[in-house]
Amino acid sequence: MNRKMLRYVISWVLKVEGILMFLPALTGAIYRERQGLAYVLCGLLCIGVGFLLCWRKPENMEIYPRDGFVAVALSWVVLSVFGCLPFMVTGEIPSFIDALFEIVSGFTTTGSSILVDVEAVSYASLFWRSFSHWIGGMGVLVFILAILPAGKGGSLMNLMKAESPGPSVSKFVPRVRGTAKILYQIYIAMTIVLIASLLISGMSLFESLTLSFGAAGTGGFAVLSSGCAEYTAAQQWILTIGMILFGVNFNFYYLVLCRKLKAAVTSREVQAYLLIILAAIAGITVDIYGMYPTLGETVRHAAFQVGSIITTTGYATTDFNLWPQFSKTILLLLMFVGACAGSTGGGIKVSRILILLKTVKKELHSIVHPRSIRKIQFDGHAVEHEVLRAVNVFLTVYMTIFALSLLLVSVDEYSLETNFSAVAATLNNIGPGLDQVGPMSNFSCYSPFSKLVLIFDMLAGRLELFPMLILFYPSTWKKRG
Amino acid sequence: MQIIIVGCGKVGTALAVQLSQEDNNVTVVDKDSTVIRNITSMYDVMGIVGNGASYGTLKEADIEHADLLIAVSRSDELNLLCCVIAHQAAKCHTIARVRNSVYREEREFIRRELGLSMIINPEFAAAQEMARLLRFPTAIEIDSFSKGRIEMLRFKVPPASRLVGMQLKDVSGPRNDLLICVAERNGEVVIPDGNYRIDANDSLSLLATPKTASGFFRKIGVKTNQVHSTMIVGGGETTYYLAAILLRMGIHVTIIEKNRERCEVLSEHLQDATIICGDGSDQELLKEENLENMESFVACTDMDEENIILSLYAKDKVSKKVVTKINHLNFNDVIHSLNLDSLVYPKYITAETILQYVRAMKNSMGSNVETLYKLMDDRVEALEFIIRENCPLQNITLESMKTKKNVLVACINRRGRIIIPGGQDSFRAGDSVIVVTTHTGLENIEDILDEK
Repeated sequence: MNRKMLRYVISWVLKVEGILMFLPALTGAIYRERQGLAYVLCGLLCIGVGFLLCWRKPENMEIYPRDGFVAVALSWVVLSVFGCLPFMVTGEIPSFIDALFEIVSGFTTTGSSILVDVEAVSYASLFWRSFSHWIGGMGVLVFILAILPAGKGGSLMNLMKAESPGPSVSKFVPRVRGTAKILYQIYIAMTIVLIASLLISGMSLFESLTLSFGAAGTGGFAVLSSGCAEYTAAQQWILTIGMILFGVNFNFYYLVLCRKLKAAVTSREVQAYLLIILAAIAGITVDIYGMYPTLGETVRHAAFQVGSIITTTGYATTDFNLWPQFSKTILLLLMFVGACAGSTGGGIKVSRILILLKTVKKELHSIVHPRSIRKIQFDGHAVEHEVLRAVNVFLTVYMTIFALSLLLVSVDEYSLETNFSAVAATLNNIGPGLDQVGPMSNFSCYSPFSKLVLIFDMLAGRLELFPMLILFYPSTWKKRG
Repeated sequence: MQIIIVGCGKVGTALAVQLSQEDNNVTVVDKDSTVIRNITSMYDVMGIVGNGASYGTLKEADIEHADLLIAVSRSDELNLLCCVIAHQAAKCHTIARVRNSVYREEREFIRRELGLSMIINPEFAAAQEMARLLRFPTAIEIDSFSKGRIEMLRFKVPPASRLVGMQLKDVSGPRNDLLICVAERNGEVVIPDGNYRIDANDSLSLLATPKTASGFFRKIGVKTNQVHSTMIVGGGETTYYLAAILLRMGIHVTIIEKNRERCEVLSEHLQDATIICGDGSDQELLKEENLENMESFVACTDMDEENIILSLYAKDKVSKKVVTKINHLNFNDVIHSLNLDSLVYPKYITAETILQYVRAMKNSMGSNVETLYKLMDDRVEALEFIIRENCPLQNITLESMKTKKNVLVACINRRGRIIIPGGQDSFRAGDSVIVVTTHTGLENIEDILDEK
């Protein structure tokens, strides 16, 4: 393994994180909070450690798939450990596990919180919490790839592959750096539009920023204990559309930008994604009809909740814990579907589900016609065997991790609904679950051990399982072989 | 520059690697998805799986914005079709590899009529390179600059030479137009200064005009005459081209080839050559055919291993020159350590020729590397720059320029006059300047300056 390159990547992660910490510090300064100082200190610490770790570019910048996976997984762990320091320094979340849970939940764009009273937290920390969503949404390493002085013969694609979600990661343009830049340009532009829309609708600047970061990264940390319930109808609709747009594959936007509208519109994944959303909204609206005074409000709540859950954001305008079982089940299922590949959302991803369904269809076909040969097509291309295998294995690993986590978490003796939805909400990077971890409550009730399990689930879910698993695979670390 | 490469074989991969390192946006197209997966995971290029001659595939590779398409797939006809379609679709420059000797005579016609920018035949290029080495057997490697006006020759200092023990500052040409710019001793490469003391078996690179060089070699007691006889083992296309060139030069050629039918084809086209049907790896046969009296030997079979073994064997038998063709082996440093005299890599020659075209294209777009050679296992680069009107380095004497370490301004070509520059010389617009350096990635003449 190329350990020098590993150190180099991690040192860059720390340097970037340190610089980004000055933004919450600035927020603290504006609101005249002494907590802002904690962010200055931690930011300097990150930069310092980053420079200590590595101050020279390694000569050999080759990254093989294994190095890429390890670098990404370790970067995220390091990012989280340093990111939680400010919470502890300010004393707002004194326990290390709790602080780690909160920031991992932030970076992985989960949005599960252990804070009982969000409004008691300083503006600086609220900003950092929401901003971590935005950083984690598109990915830290993608950001670093966009700004990193490009190395020679760099096989940096292996870094991007390990961090970007989806069954097969492809580039828009021949260079990794160019692709990363385009991704971030689209991401930043869309975020700015969302912020501006919220500002125009009359929201305060601080709330516009934090909520937009949460929606852009499909995170879900709110700044009020009541979530998004107190915002106006217009603001809720803006957030709904914003969330749904950030759950679309960014390839779609790139195609639109290149004026390849036909290719964009015929993207099966985006079609299916929008179809699922519409069907879910319709189903829920019918089911909860009568719970709210007007039809408009009913549709709004249904749409907000569906958009929030399928994109794995996790904002809530109403306590869907109180909804009838049918609607709750729809939401629970949406948790597993997740957003499109190549978006900022989590979950299994619509494209994987489509490929899996096609595999089932092929299997049925081959029972009827045992000697038939049929290639699975997706967006007009035959799906390669490698991708099919990866999708199938992904589902297996996904279920295994889910089952094991459920078992470990169940030690705390909460209801099955609580545990099941808690694991689902963290592994799919959603945020709120049902019952005791519902939208109006939080994860503080779990024991530190369960929290550790859920932290692992969040990281595994964001990085699509394998980078985290490879850390625990012994031969990764063997020097020989 | 946006470049599409169709076909990811040996040459395609070598090109993709070099071009993406030289800061071009490279998209590779190949039918085999495994090949594409491998290359995209190793290098910063985009891969498209599909038939390169299909318009749909080319569109997917963004042919509309491409500046250049290079077709180096296995089939000549596919390459040509590919270039025609690309040229029609996007009016981009196109380069095709065409290796069938049937098209050899018609290449100019094909190129002109199909609108190609360049047709390259790797076997012919390799044969030309080999012929050049046989014509000048003292040199291990010959690279030419300024369209052949200046050559860089690498040679090994014979133990009996006058050069042994001399310091570089005492070595010079008749009109001070000769420079030794790279030296290798025991595997270590240096850009020597005037105090460097030459030792026997050093391998030196000499920069001079071809005429000055032969004069120099005569003076130091090295024979420079071309060989008079050669034995070639293996009767492939390269051999055919090589033999044709050598026969025209009046060199006696013996070819050993296993396949009887091939022998007959060769004898049909090469009337003056001696063609032996037999196994070239048979020691007795080589003796029978009088290897010991040959002046040179070319190992030119399709098997790299066999070529290497044959050359090792022939090295002590022939008097002047051994040339070994290496098709695909990648262990360059191992092969170099065997001291095989001259090595010829057809894939690098092809890639090098195409790269020169790409660089020239880039020159018209701003960058100004005219020629680039990688020497000594890529440890040294020799670059030729054109000094443009707006170059800030004009009229500054070299001694007042703060250049990077290990950068040597080796030669200035001022309207055909070759100047080996001293401290008082300076660049002028229109000059072409040869720089020898151990740094990689110089793109502009300004890059020779130390940044600090």
